[in-house]
Amino acid sequence: MSPKAAPRSRLEWILRSGRFAVTAEMQPTNGADPEEVRRFAGGLRGKVDAANCTDNPAAHPHLSALAAGAFVAQAGVEPIVQLACRDRNRLALQADLLGAAALGARNVLLLTGDDVSAGDHPEARPIFDIDSMHLLRIARVLRDEGKYLSGRALTARPSFFIGAVENPFAPPHDFRPARLAKKVEAGAEFVQTQLCFNLPRMGEFMKRSRDLGLLERVFVLVSVYVARSARAMRYLRDVVPGIDVPDDVLARLEKAPPGHQAEEGFRLALETVGALREMPGVSGVHLISIKGQDSILRLIEDAGLLPRPQAAGFESALSAWPDAG
Amino acid sequence: MNVFHAALVAIEKAVKIPLFGCRMCGQCILHETGLVCPMNCPKNLRNGPCGGVLVDGHCEVRPQMRCVWVRAYEGSLRLPLWKDHIEHLQPPVDWRLQGTSSWANLASGRDRQVPAGWAADAGAAADGSEAPSETGGRA
Repeated sequence: MSPKAAPRSRLEWILRSGRFAVTAEMQPTNGADPEEVRRFAGGLRGKVDAANCTDNPAAHPHLSALAAGAFVAQAGVEPIVQLACRDRNRLALQADLLGAAALGARNVLLLTGDDVSAGDHPEARPIFDIDSMHLLRIARVLRDEGKYLSGRALTARPSFFIGAVENPFAPPHDFRPARLAKKVEAGAEFVQTQLCFNLPRMGEFMKRSRDLGLLERVFVLVSVYVARSARAMRYLRDVVPGIDVPDDVLARLEKAPPGHQAEEGFRLALETVGALREMPGVSGVHLISIKGQDSILRLIEDAGLLPRPQAAGFESALSAWPDAG
Repeated sequence: MNVFHAALVAIEKAVKIPLFGCRMCGQCILHETGLVCPMNCPKNLRNGPCGGVLVDGHCEVRPQMRCVWVRAYEGSLRLPLWKDHIEHLQPPVDWRLQGTSSWANLASGRDRQVPAGWAADAGAAADGSEAPSETGGRA
């Protein structure tokens, strides 16, 4: 493998060229209508460098990430197709990695996934045949060595930029940088973090990752959430596992009168993006909101993240789709 | 399974289940996980904690239980010899070994057999030079 390999995606090109990347989470859809996906994606076109197509987030089924990725690409947005280990064994995951690449996914994000108990089918059998480290390594072997985990050869290798997730905010905090190191060793080229409300903790994680030499080997994108109310923030803290909402952050939203909490949540997200742009080693932000993407679009605008850099060459990957505009 | 192996399995269960909550995966990595059995993780994680560990260090799936990997990390710090082994990348589980004796598999080398595609040289080790040109860039 050449050390000067050409970027495989627009996202990889932006990160390798030292620009600050902006990605966003697609709203998952609950039907068989591709137009729904294309409409959400169309709203993000030109505003983000890539959009994540989640894989049954919070263990609730939705339109598949592979299909969503294809429709997102049709709408002119580069997809990041997520695959989780919860719902498939190693055979199905490899099949979907190839399928995603064939459908135009230039980025994949590989994770273990929430347990089925977090979702609306808690009676389901969780799979967890392999873990996220294994899936990262398998993706790397498919791509770089052209073979399945079994060793059997592929006829054509997938080409994608390989991502992982990390949560600097969950215990054991001291082990989290070492776990990132393991993910890099397994094959991760970029990571997107859990939602960041605790900037000092994030800064400490980046410092320790830098000390381990990881920031020369992996790009870190930090997730920023646009909260709409103090209630939503309390829900994140109390109900969603692995999210750290410090008391002062929650208090800030609670102090705002009910009619102004959404505005305060937006200001908090805006300040967080600003702080992350100044944080050494942070390569980009990943923006998340629920119930509509208007707040994300406003955040990108108000944070001065427009216009997004245009990379020559990656449009051709999208224009292979007949519907791409 | 011959009589000798059946006896070995019985002894291994008698020793390791009370001591470590062993799940008899047949490919023991206890000394690399702070002497805490990783197969008690509801997600079968072999390489460290998931992102859902609760603020108090408990498991998101079984909140009454402390996270297996929080305990494993604490345990690894107390080990005199294998402290850093928790950082080793563990290969996928071979589910065919479930219920067999890890001692027999250690002696035969069966527990170290990995699929042909599990390449030791894949991943970041192969491209240390393929580094980000610069970090913390600006748009």
